Amino acid sequence: MAGILIYSDKDKLARELLTVAGLIADARGWEVKAACINNARQCQLLSAAGARVYQIENPAVLPADAANVAVALKEACGKLDCSIVLLSSDRRGRELAGRLAQVLGAGCLTDISAVKVEGEQIHCQRNALGGATVATQYIDGEKQVLAIVPRAFAPAPDRDGGSIDELQVEVPPSRIKLLEFQAKDSSSANIEEAPVLVVAGQGLNSQEDLAAVESLAQKLGGELACSKPLATDKKWLPEDRVIGLSGKKCQPDLAVLLGISGQVQFTVGIRDARVIVAVNSDENAYIHQMADYSMVADLHQIVKELNDALA
Amino acid sequence: MNVVVAMKQIPDLQQIRIRNRQPVLEDIPWTMGAIDKNALEAAVQIKEAQGGKVVLLSAGNEELEDTAKEALAAGADEALLIIDDKLDEMGSAEIAKILAAAIQRIEKIDLIIFGEGSGDNYSGQVGSRVAEILGLPQVGYASAIEVQGESLRVSRSLEDGKELVEIGLPAVITVISGINEPRIASVTQILKAGKKPKEILDLSDLALDLGEICPVKTESNLAPESDRKRVAVKSVDELVAALKGENLIGR
Ligand SMILES: Cc1cc2nc3c(=O)[nH]c(=O)nc-3n(C[C@H](O)[C@H](O)[C@H](O)COP(=O)(O)OP(=O)(O)OC[C@H]3O[C@@H](n4cnc5c(N)ncnc54)[C@H](O)[C@@H]3O)c2cc1C
Repeated sequence: MAGILIYSDKDKLARELLTVAGLIADARGWEVKAACINNARQCQLLSAAGARVYQIENPAVLPADAANVAVALKEACGKLDCSIVLLSSDRRGRELAGRLAQVLGAGCLTDISAVKVEGEQIHCQRNALGGATVATQYIDGEKQVLAIVPRAFAPAPDRDGGSIDELQVEVPPSRIKLLEFQAKDSSSANIEEAPVLVVAGQGLNSQEDLAAVESLAQKLGGELACSKPLATDKKWLPEDRVIGLSGKKCQPDLAVLLGISGQVQFTVGIRDARVIVAVNSDENAYIHQMADYSMVADLHQIVKELNDALA
Repeated sequence: MNVVVAMKQIPDLQQIRIRNRQPVLEDIPWTMGAIDKNALEAAVQIKEAQGGKVVLLSAGNEELEDTAKEALAAGADEALLIIDDKLDEMGSAEIAKILAAAIQRIEKIDLIIFGEGSGDNYSGQVGSRVAEILGLPQVGYASAIEVQGESLRVSRSLEDGKELVEIGLPAVITVISGINEPRIASVTQILKAGKKPKEILDLSDLALDLGEICPVKTESNLAPESDRKRVAVKSVDELVAALKGENLIGR
């Protein structure tokens, strides 16, 4: 019997992959197998969710070295008779996806936000043309590597039937040396969970003006977020507050977009919000077309008035 | 230090219009992917510090010669272009094989730099696939690259932290847009770009073995439906009232 294998170095994302793998496995009468690399805690978590877990303990397989992780997973696929591998589409997972697909001779799709089994085909949805469109694609062939967007699926609940077995894999010595890992402090924002997002764009005059925007976010019971240039070019806010194609995809009840032009790479991250308010001084800015309530006005003035009105 | 920068020619996304949920791609000008410009800038900075050359590598349709000029003006020393209208239909697996075959024709390459994802498909596979085909180590999502003799120190930016790694050369690196601010070419650079060496190949010039590929097929590609209210609001009072009506404030 063939199978489907899941792998992510992150426990939570691995549990999400189990959910997706379950959809595919049920349709085919397959088993869900999970590879855990140097992570005993994850073995327990996944077996508690009903997966057949294969524990790989080998210090030469470093998450930082996509090449070696790919070799390890290729061996696992061979030994466990798996033709489909599910990975998480976070940065590590996306980097690994191409490498693994190449070693396996597999087709590959990344950034998958929805999955539907249609007979022999696994139909996957992903953004295309920078987010202007959503494509439904499938891989025509047996060998498939599918990378799934974080949080697109709920983590698998606990379930019986799990098991843990050891799996030996041989990899060449790593050509990457990990010198340092600096974890982000956990106090950083979680804009994906926030019910309200107040989002600043390049229309903001200065970093000092962020204080008023943040205060508005607080009054509305939400978080401050931003467009990409505010984080990567101006460095006024950390990257984990960026909304969009290369940032986060959020679905708040309310999104207040301030001084944002509305290019697709941004809007793809916020278009699922329930209510969108846009403030932009340019009446022709595209963002007005995708707003429920739009104001052609100076954002600084509006933020000030809103802060007063909600005080 | 000889550096190859792989660039993808993409339609200018700002100019794509949607009609009946279909993207309209006719008459859209072609341009260089945005993050590819960061990859190029990273390569040029390394060359300026270390000597050597920057080779621009790209595979695309017949507009590519024009698009490549932009990159030659912004600091690439020469270009290796694979031009074939069939390329627009090809997926990441095929393109990776083509780029890898082309790289193998270039003598003494120390480093190959990609953007972390293309501007249009943003799938992020090609760099990893090329690294595997060439048997090279790779580091993705670089936010800084520092040359140290025969190896590199690369900072990479991940969702949960920052990682500093050492990687021996030759190697494949993909960069994020925050790594640098791409320079704007001056008028003289633009004029000189036309005279820089260019080698143009077509697919039959490459010893290609596309081998077994499980290709990606597209069932549909449509703009998402949107049904926003699009109410023009004239004052903050009006906005506050509307949000109260939506049960979003004063809950
Ligand atoms: C592969 C790729 C991935 C990308 N990923 C992302 C992503 O994840 N997230 C993202 O955001 N971008 C992303 N981008 C960049 C994206 O294309 C845009 O450049 C970016 O979203 C623009 O940000 P902005 O709207 O804040 O700035 P701008 O486009 O500069 O717009 C600023 C707006 O502010 C308005 N304005 C100016 N002054 C005022 C004022 N006083 N009051 C009110 N309005 C004012 C202007 O009219 C203008 O419309 C990506 C690009 C690429 C190529």
